[in-house]
Amino acid sequence: MSLRAGIVIFPGTNRERDMAIALARVTGGRSPAMIWHKDTDLPPLDLVVLPGGFSHGDYLRCGAMAAQSPIMRAVRDFAASGGYVLGVCNGFQILAEAGMLPGALLRNAGLRFLAQDHHLRVERTDTVFTRGYAEGEVLRVVLAHGDGNYFADEATLDRLEGEGRVAFRYCGPDGAVTPEANPNGSARSIAGVTSANRRVLGLMPHPEDYVDPLMGGEDGLPMFEGLVGALAA
Amino acid sequence: MKAIVTVMLKPGVLDPQGRAIGHALETLGFEGVGEVRAGKIIELELAETDTARARAAAEAMAAKLLANTVIESYRVEVV
Amino acid sequence: MSAPVAAPRPVDEKLAREFGLNAEEYGRVLAIMGRTPSLTELGIFSVMWSEHCSYKSSRVWLKELPTKADWVVHGPGENAGVVDIGDGLTAIFKMESHNHPSFIEPYQGAATGVGGILRDVFTMGARPIANLNALRFGRPENPRTKRVVDGVVRGIGGYGNCVGVPTVGGEVNFHAAYDGNPLVNAMTVGIAPRDRIFLSAAAGIGNPVVYVGSKTGRDGIHGATMASAEFDANSEEKRPTVQVGDPFTEKLLIEACLELMATDAIVAIQDMGAAGLTSSSVEMAGKGGVGIVLDLDAVPQRETAMTAYEMMLSESQERMLIVLRPGAEDLSRAIFDKWDLDFAVIGHITDTGRIVVRHKGVLEADIPLQPLSDEAPLYRRPIEWPTPPAPLDDAAITSDVPVEQALLRLIASPDLCSRAWIWNQYDAAVGGQTVKRPGAADAAIVKIDGSRRALALTTDCTPRYCQADPRMGGMQAVAEAWRNITATGARPLAITDNMNFGNPEKPEIMGQFAAAIQGMAAACNALDFPVVSGNVSLYNETEGRGILPTPAIGGLGVIEEASQARGIAIAPHLDLVLIGATEGWLGQSLWLREIAGREQGAPPPVNLVAERRHGDFVRHQIAAGGVHACHDVSDGGLLVALAEMALAGNTGFALNDAPDGVSDIGFWFGEDQARYVLAAADATDLLAAARRAGVAARLLGRTGGNELTWAGGVSISLKELREAHERFFAAWMS
Repeated sequence: MSLRAGIVIFPGTNRERDMAIALARVTGGRSPAMIWHKDTDLPPLDLVVLPGGFSHGDYLRCGAMAAQSPIMRAVRDFAASGGYVLGVCNGFQILAEAGMLPGALLRNAGLRFLAQDHHLRVERTDTVFTRGYAEGEVLRVVLAHGDGNYFADEATLDRLEGEGRVAFRYCGPDGAVTPEANPNGSARSIAGVTSANRRVLGLMPHPEDYVDPLMGGEDGLPMFEGLVGALAA
Repeated sequence: MKAIVTVMLKPGVLDPQGRAIGHALETLGFEGVGEVRAGKIIELELAETDTARARAAAEAMAAKLLANTVIESYRVEVV
Repeated sequence: MSAPVAAPRPVDEKLAREFGLNAEEYGRVLAIMGRTPSLTELGIFSVMWSEHCSYKSSRVWLKELPTKADWVVHGPGENAGVVDIGDGLTAIFKMESHNHPSFIEPYQGAATGVGGILRDVFTMGARPIANLNALRFGRPENPRTKRVVDGVVRGIGGYGNCVGVPTVGGEVNFHAAYDGNPLVNAMTVGIAPRDRIFLSAAAGIGNPVVYVGSKTGRDGIHGATMASAEFDANSEEKRPTVQVGDPFTEKLLIEACLELMATDAIVAIQDMGAAGLTSSSVEMAGKGGVGIVLDLDAVPQRETAMTAYEMMLSESQERMLIVLRPGAEDLSRAIFDKWDLDFAVIGHITDTGRIVVRHKGVLEADIPLQPLSDEAPLYRRPIEWPTPPAPLDDAAITSDVPVEQALLRLIASPDLCSRAWIWNQYDAAVGGQTVKRPGAADAAIVKIDGSRRALALTTDCTPRYCQADPRMGGMQAVAEAWRNITATGARPLAITDNMNFGNPEKPEIMGQFAAAIQGMAAACNALDFPVVSGNVSLYNETEGRGILPTPAIGGLGVIEEASQARGIAIAPHLDLVLIGATEGWLGQSLWLREIAGREQGAPPPVNLVAERRHGDFVRHQIAAGGVHACHDVSDGGLLVALAEMALAGNTGFALNDAPDGVSDIGFWFGEDQARYVLAAADATDLLAAARRAGVAARLLGRTGGNELTWAGGVSISLKELREAHERFFAAWMS
């Protein structure tokens, strides 16, 4: 199975290894391409991943400076021509700051960094990212963010819901989406959204950290297996 | 010249920092404090000497990078 | 951020005293120099001869600690300790204190503590793979404690999360003795190939000396001397000397240094920690037996009009000093340019044996290096040996608090309650190698990428034991670290120590220090568990009141097969077996403090022969398979250990009767050492093996259900237990 995946490295990116491990696990050990933020072109790829971390220290706003990187023009073109892009955590923030996904990620409502396991409900299975799951399936994932509070105005939220672009919501272990099971104050408990063509996904939790039972879980594995199944030549 | 860019969350966007500050002020016994909003100020030293051009440059920087207009508004002051 | 430029003042004994040098020490400076030193020279002497850099009060005692074993590659004396972990790899680790800065400015103090210890490890060529931290705070009722805890936890998280090194373990205690002097001890562990370890001894006459990282500002000037002085009521006014950390730059520095280390450009490298440019340049040249010339005009500066004195003493963070091979400048500069970090050639190596500092055409310092280190003060301070208290008569201790009620109170107490509020702010998963996160096992388990092996990591110390009997307390701290590693199935290899004590000029404090060292040394020797790195933090007092003596131990072990590592979580249908004998020792126990309201008696004695025998037995049983979970018995005693296993596994248990010959309180809450609880599908083989090995073992009960049930029929629900366990932080911090 050869999925040609590339991981973009910004200064301050720190979950590129986790992502590479997850991708290698479903591609028979094939190492993804590592792409530097100052590059202006992408190699031929099936999937571009913007991983987690603190790009540029997240000093102005999370993802704001990375969104202006030279490589982001190429990533935008890649997506515009139908390419698949996955942004996790800081990657989601960068996609939002770059305008490739709607909304913005604000400080967690509790004003503290959240580093804990949490549950997600799969809302859509008609994307390459979620085709490995059943609709309504409940996943256990790792959260690790200080700014994951998803915000968009009501009209945008209604449009996203109407177009079926909410991919994941925070929920309790039983799948119930409630205010108590919303860890960071996200609007409508949204944890992940897609682009209109369903080919760009941004989500705050880290599916890449749960691909091996030895590390505590493998609920993230179907996402990567699904990507290989859909995109590998 | 110096440009001072003030970036604030737009009205209607929840500001948990501002709320926490307001709560702390109340705990400290300060009375009569209504809504508290927290933002940031960015000072730019500019080589430009023309006020109008300096303002235009700072406005462009604010729109492109310093503020995220999905959630934030900005105000530019040139001194 | 900018402090006033120090006005030129005559250098004399009075100024030397303000810099922390006493009259006798200043006399030595004059003798070495043969003239009155310049301000910059006096600054260099004062920081190099501070307690923090010179270990002048502690060195004579530290020599008693064993530092060698077949697997030790580099012991104390380098930036961090290095042990062989097989597969051609080494683990590089150290623990260091940032106590004083963390009291003055908790967030930045703790954050820069993490940053500093990370640099000590990656400067040797290791990629950091785990952070731990040992924290001691004042009483929760003290209003200031909450602010300190909040700031320290945010600071540790803020730095560690951003650099992308998982924070996987540590410990927290509360005690009134830390009200005015919290302890923040940060530990970092890294991995490096055995043949790619970088040391700090400079070499090669004419080789360029390179400065990389952040620019230099006026941060933390005289931080090293601050770390060597007691607090007084004005300490809060010292705030400007606290350094500010930038984890983003640190992350870039890690990547850039590791990239440079993959080439053959580096001769020697050291981070600029306490006393920044001074200690790094003096130590690198001193260790190499060479000289060094520094041209301060070339130092990247963040502020204007900095003096030589300020630049030599600045503690700006995220900076490194490197001696390069000749001709390697361009290649090296390109790497640091790529990572947007400053890179400047600021001097070269000479054969003069002197440090020569020039700035703006002026010779600012010219000091012979050998006497600067050889003639550094070394004190054999007066000692008053502690008198261990008499043991309590355990059998005479009674209580009308029922066992199950005592458990609920103990498990809710600040020293035993859930630390989830803290852990949930630390990214423990980043890196994708964390097998056991905080609370899941007695030691954190972090796998080594590309290998089946994993490291077992822990920090341990029981300060109340050390206060009562420093020798026994020192021994217990080492033994508990060894036990926690053993309980996961890993083989303990070595420790780093962080000696936190009061004012060494007081004979009773030196007595605590020396006795603790002796206890530690005995345990290290008996358990083949040498000290490979460490740090001493003295003068931990506020207005004359000392902290509890706290020799924090950071332990490291290795397990050949990561998937074999055991946690503490129990599942249904298992037998619970106690390994080790129980006399019911209640002196200095948490039951005595929390339920009877007494901090009294002698701490539980440590029998190192039993410790070794029981630990080796447990490790062997885990390796043989069949052990589902394992937990050592420590703070709070047997019942607390069992309750923690139940909470971790969300599984209850039913207990058999307590044995005859020991009181119920003593059996369930005594803190006798060298004990473990094992959970196994069938205890028969385990009990038989223990009998053959001459190890005391006892069937305690069986797991299952949602309740903790005692033989008499009394029970409490897991739900009630969990609510008690999680109550404290939620209520305190809401």
